[in-house]
Amino acid sequence: MAELKHEPKIAAFLCRWCAYAGADLAGTNRLAYPPNMIPIRVPCSGRVEPAWVIEALRSGADGVLIGGCHPGDCHYVSGNYKARRRVELLRDVLAGLGVNPARVKLVWVSASEGVRFAQVVRDYVEEIRGLGPNRGEFGVPEEVDDRAGRIAQAVEQAVNHG
Amino acid sequence: MAQPRIGVFVCHCGRNIAGTVDVEGVTEEASRIPGVVLSTHYDYMCSDPGQEMVARAIREHRLNGVVVAACSPGMHEETFRHAAQAAGLNPYLVEMANIREQCSWVHRGAAATEKASRILATVVEKVRGNLPLEPSTMGHSTKCLVIGGGVAGIQAALDVANAGYEVLLVERSPSIGGRMAQLSETFPTLDCSQCILTPKMVEVDRHPNIRVLANSKIEEVSGFVGNWDVRIRKGATYVDPDKCNLCGDCVEACPVRVPHEFEEGLTERAGIYIPFPQAIPSSYTLDVQSCLGLKPLRCSECAKACEAGAINYDMQDELLEEEVGAIVVATGYETLPKAAMAEYGYGEIADVISGLEYERMASASGPTQGEIRCPSDGRVPKEVVFIQCSGSRDPELYKPYCSKICCMYTAKHALLYRHSVPDGQAYVFYIDIRAGGKGYEEFVQRVMEEERILYLRGKVAKVFQDGDKVMVWGADTLTGRRVEVAADLVVLAQAVVPSQGVVDLARKLRVSVDEHGFLKEAHPKLRPLEALAAGVFLAGAAQGPKDIPEAVGQGSGAAAKALMLLSSPELVHSPEIAEVAEHLCSACGICAPQCPYEAITVEDTAVVNEMLCEGCGTCVAACPSGAMNLRNLADSQVLAMLHAALKEHEEAEVLGG
Repeated sequence: MAELKHEPKIAAFLCRWCAYAGADLAGTNRLAYPPNMIPIRVPCSGRVEPAWVIEALRSGADGVLIGGCHPGDCHYVSGNYKARRRVELLRDVLAGLGVNPARVKLVWVSASEGVRFAQVVRDYVEEIRGLGPNRGEFGVPEEVDDRAGRIAQAVEQAVNHG
Repeated sequence: MAQPRIGVFVCHCGRNIAGTVDVEGVTEEASRIPGVVLSTHYDYMCSDPGQEMVARAIREHRLNGVVVAACSPGMHEETFRHAAQAAGLNPYLVEMANIREQCSWVHRGAAATEKASRILATVVEKVRGNLPLEPSTMGHSTKCLVIGGGVAGIQAALDVANAGYEVLLVERSPSIGGRMAQLSETFPTLDCSQCILTPKMVEVDRHPNIRVLANSKIEEVSGFVGNWDVRIRKGATYVDPDKCNLCGDCVEACPVRVPHEFEEGLTERAGIYIPFPQAIPSSYTLDVQSCLGLKPLRCSECAKACEAGAINYDMQDELLEEEVGAIVVATGYETLPKAAMAEYGYGEIADVISGLEYERMASASGPTQGEIRCPSDGRVPKEVVFIQCSGSRDPELYKPYCSKICCMYTAKHALLYRHSVPDGQAYVFYIDIRAGGKGYEEFVQRVMEEERILYLRGKVAKVFQDGDKVMVWGADTLTGRRVEVAADLVVLAQAVVPSQGVVDLARKLRVSVDEHGFLKEAHPKLRPLEALAAGVFLAGAAQGPKDIPEAVGQGSGAAAKALMLLSSPELVHSPEIAEVAEHLCSACGICAPQCPYEAITVEDTAVVNEMLCEGCGTCVAACPSGAMNLRNLADSQVLAMLHAALKEHEEAEVLGG
């Protein structure tokens, strides 16, 4: 009988100009990494909304990876810095909700860093595996759902004003 | 999408995908997704028969969405969008699911098939939410504005004009030519700088498509790519260029003497002057700052002397309103001014001069007709010290960057010195020699070996006047010895800095500058000729220190970029950009400063300029009321994609077990 083992599920938002292209390069170079991550291509890490991350964690993701361009290299000048600020604030909110902030991770991977991309995924899968399944308060009672939604909105406002 | 009729096409890519992923299984799985009316697979979807298969299915199954599960969208998104369009489907309803680069090439076994299905399912959800889009189009002006008449601007103007488009070349000083006109000889070929530049200046002057506006400044820029409205102030020269016959009688008559800018202050000029004999436009200019005569009491000596009657004190500045389609910024550079740098005695000791001053001295048309002399008393210097990196590569006090051209021109200066003063000795203090250019390293080696120039690796600690000598104390870090030279002349390779006023111009153009004031390119590697503002292109040292061939190359490159824009029948812009739901927008204005392209203005609601928006979506993530949307990547689409990506499968818990 197969041993029951938790396989982490990771949703990834990858900037099409850097991390997504880095993932393509990892593929071209046949650099194996664990299959636990499902990529979603976005134009820029700055497009990633904190609410998406919360929704992913509520919907069963054990971790959310956001891949953006290295500081100074953003295709759209500064989207990656905005992503960084938003993620930093989001971590506090996650902690407040009883979710380990390590369940969201923002990484910089350039289009030429196939090796780095593969390593980032390997490391993150192991990190999340170490955290175990996401058993945060998300999605348990109805009111918590509402709270998460409200907080997501509050985060956005705080980030955008800050 | 009212009633989704999505077609899924899974590619084997030979064995590339099918060798790892169970293609039939993925096709079968996709067919169960609601809204998918057709799910099929084929060996090579990108082949002609594969594309035809997609096209036929679009027609036969009246598909209103297509997902091709194959390679990365970077490879074939265009291919399939094009094929779909030919079959009558809006191309923005076609998406790729990347099951090769991000799946079959990096995973193995059942897990690869499982991931391929999940990736495919997310993209089906995206297509379900996609809307048919049409690119925005707009007419535009076909005129090009070139700001700066140095060699980069000249090259850009000539290339655009030779392609048949009108050019306005705006230069703030009285003549085009820029720094290159001041130089003596050019490294590494030792061409006479003016001799190779002036034919180009003449070509500009007589080109039917180029209008030169010298003595002119950009006052205001409004509008956007393709349709800029530019207001230019053409300064009064008080001399009618049509009447002026360049006799120079006015100069003799003028009682004013001020430092001559073109000669780097080594000589003086009158209040009325021509910067150099080959100046374009070929006319004298009355410098209103130094002239005694304009008002209130007229000296009018020059007007009395002018037999041609060319001088007109009542001439006024002209304000020109021009509509242009593209803008090339080629505002060039200066060197670190005396006022900014007291080190090495610059500005205090007469015989400590800058590289540009040395250029004028070494120039056959310069104040000494090419003789190297000490500015203090005119004697021929027997010991000359050249100090490189004067203000460059000095993050503590001056500029952290390398000025790039100094290693080469210092080698040239030393060589010219040896040719001018064969029994003289030249010393060069350097940090490193950076001679990365065609023929550059060979040139430096030739100077070091054949010309017997003493290169000393190290910095200079102190420069001070000692009698009629300039003492230079430094260290040779290769031998570890202290070096003392009693020099007659010290030449500083002053750091290259952006031209004055560039920051102000950049603000008017809504383009960015870097921390040193150089114009910032849209991408340091891939878009070095474009500013972030669409339709503004960069050429020459305005973007960073550059030598002549680089500046010329950039001038041509910027011209090509401008021509792409000017020659297109209309401007076409991707429709995958931000849009505002006006009924939700409260005009709070949070979005506008998020936009790096200044594409958002806030009126009664936020308004996105469709020509300027690049579709990054940063404003969308920032909007607190959900009024801003990124077309075809709406929140609802991403959330649906997430749910598809994370959907529970019963076997998921034992995977990898």
